[in-house]
Amino acid sequence: MNKRSTWALPYFIFLLVFVALPLILIGVYAFQDDFGNFTFSQFMKFAQEEETINTFTYSIEIALINTVLCLLLGYPAAYILSNRKLNRSSVTVMLFILPMWINMLIRTLATVALFDFVSAPLDEGALIFGMVYNFLPFMIYPIYNVMQKMDHSYLEAAEDLGANPLQVFRKVVIPLSMPGVTSGIMMVFMPTISTFAISELLTLNKVKLFGTTIQENINNGMWNYGACLALIMLIIIGCTMLYSDEGSAEEGEKGGLI
Amino acid sequence: MEKSEYIIQIEHLSKSFETNRKRVIEGIVHSAVNVLDDVNINIRKGEFITILGPSGCGKTTLLRLLAGFLTPTSGRILLEGKDITAMPPYQRPMNTVFQRYALFPHLDVYDNIAFGLKLNKIPEAEIDKKVRRVLKLVSMTDYEDRDVNSLSGGQQQRVAIARAIVNQPKVLLLDEPLAALDLKMRKDMQIELKEMHQKLGITFIYVTHDQEEALTLSDTIVVVNEGKIQQIGRPKDIYDEPCNSFVADFIGESNILNGTMIEDHKVSFAGHEFECVDEGFGNDTPVDVVVRPEDIYITRKLEVAQFTGTVKSCTFKGVHYEMFVETDSGHELMIQDYNAFEIGSTIGMLIKPADIQVMSKERLCNTFEGRVTGDDTIEFAGGEFKVDSQSLQSQVGETVKVQIAFDKVELLDNKEDGVLRGQVKFILYKGDHYHLEVVTKDDYKIYVDTNDIWDKGDIVGISIAPSDITVVRDE
Repeated sequence: MNKRSTWALPYFIFLLVFVALPLILIGVYAFQDDFGNFTFSQFMKFAQEEETINTFTYSIEIALINTVLCLLLGYPAAYILSNRKLNRSSVTVMLFILPMWINMLIRTLATVALFDFVSAPLDEGALIFGMVYNFLPFMIYPIYNVMQKMDHSYLEAAEDLGANPLQVFRKVVIPLSMPGVTSGIMMVFMPTISTFAISELLTLNKVKLFGTTIQENINNGMWNYGACLALIMLIIIGCTMLYSDEGSAEEGEKGGLI
Repeated sequence: MEKSEYIIQIEHLSKSFETNRKRVIEGIVHSAVNVLDDVNINIRKGEFITILGPSGCGKTTLLRLLAGFLTPTSGRILLEGKDITAMPPYQRPMNTVFQRYALFPHLDVYDNIAFGLKLNKIPEAEIDKKVRRVLKLVSMTDYEDRDVNSLSGGQQQRVAIARAIVNQPKVLLLDEPLAALDLKMRKDMQIELKEMHQKLGITFIYVTHDQEEALTLSDTIVVVNEGKIQQIGRPKDIYDEPCNSFVADFIGESNILNGTMIEDHKVSFAGHEFECVDEGFGNDTPVDVVVRPEDIYITRKLEVAQFTGTVKSCTFKGVHYEMFVETDSGHELMIQDYNAFEIGSTIGMLIKPADIQVMSKERLCNTFEGRVTGDDTIEFAGGEFKVDSQSLQSQVGETVKVQIAFDKVELLDNKEDGVLRGQVKFILYKGDHYHLEVVTKDDYKIYVDTNDIWDKGDIVGISIAPSDITVVRDE
């Protein structure tokens, strides 16, 4: 073994113990019954439990709404932040990125306090507000990054060829910022499916998301069923990731989060 | 109106950039940036005009003003007699070929070229016809479905040109379009560009720093330096009769020497008197003399020669030999000849009267406005200098004029030592010494004659001995 691979060893062990092993365990638990026998019964249970399926589809729905809202708010924000004419200070960018550094629970608890203060109801609306508030920076940052690196001469070339500012935006800025958008959607959509803390705190457990269902099952000792649900979610996330890989592979060097 | 023969008229165009961020180059702060200064150019319809200058001279700024990406600080641009200074780029009937092509990476070759046509809502069939026609013109048929990133530099260049000319602009702006290509490719594209220009009949405005390219391609050359037009003329006129030492040095190889115009048709330089064709400079006037290296004839018969010298070096350059010859007066001359002469041999040299280009000097010494600050100190050019107290008979606070000869300015290696700090901006070899332009942090220009070798961009300390500062009272 040469020196270089020796250095990689701690990371390898870390990945093995904290990433690979848990994933394997989820896979194993999902196909076992309470006595450790191989079975598909957990998946059958999921297919028959209407409430769980409803929670699942509802979670995806909420995640979609959250992603769309983040995109609608985040895209213009990223555009303005990256535009040298509209924003010259890097401090404004910092202000938008800053929430990413604060713990999500603290931010959510603060939102709860805020809703209490203005005596707004803690319901589905509060949940969506909390989610958009929490995930917006994750949408803005990748888009901002791509837009900031965008070669200004493309915009000038379009303008030179007769495109008015709106056409420049539609025909050049939007297509060229797509890698950032894809990356932003990944960063927002996938974590929202599995989130449970926000829904618990912001709706006082009135609204239940899929993440909550998994957590409840595991808390109540139903490890196998919980693992099965987690696996289903992982497969969904994996599928979206595969799709995004395809989309961003060629533009890889231009896009991406960092 | 007689003006209509021009397609573009540039009138008193100036552009300065406000810099709230100060440009700091090695500790020297440049705050005011005047990029273009009172530029006037008239461009005829169908002309191939080249804006030529070293990097940072303002030529790209001029092109961007024409394209509409920048608005001038003052002055105006007329297109066919109509003021278009405030017109946004997308309304101007001009198209640009960008230095780095700026082809849209999300579109293929066909869609890149069709971009402008599609915006104009031209029917699909016509777009198709036009795109195919320009693809043929730039020899890129069969490439329409290719991804632009898979093309070579030369092919991208062709697509960029096709994308611009497909819109049939009145004026085509080209911003150093060949700079990114290798030498061979560049030569081929030069010929093709010239052919395209003749075929299309569009006015070409071409920006480059490559003097050879400018001489090859253009009908008219505009030489720009430090935001000012130095000379406008046909390539041959500019080469044969440069109007100042900058143009002479920048275009082609040249020997630039200090000389004295003794009387009309008689000039003295390199320790000898020569006949020339220039007149009207006055008697005994200091001038700059330019002689092209190929215009000095070498002979072994010393008795027929006008002056003699010793060959210091001889290099084969393909078609000719390039020799450096030290004359009997101690000046170094560059000479190009088809024959090689041995190093160390003594040769005779001849120059025809018509090949001597005489230019009046832009200045004879450094002149500054100064303010007396003490018994023996004067503040000028952004620094406080000591002067001889005897020569200074002025009151503190009085304004005086200060003169310093070029060769009395001392440049110091250690930039902390001098009274002022400056950056060497321009170097001209004058045969037996270097003539330097040094710009101080407050944008004062100090001209220096020196035998020491400095490089462009060097940061130097500037000091002047008290006895070398001549104070002239303001009347």
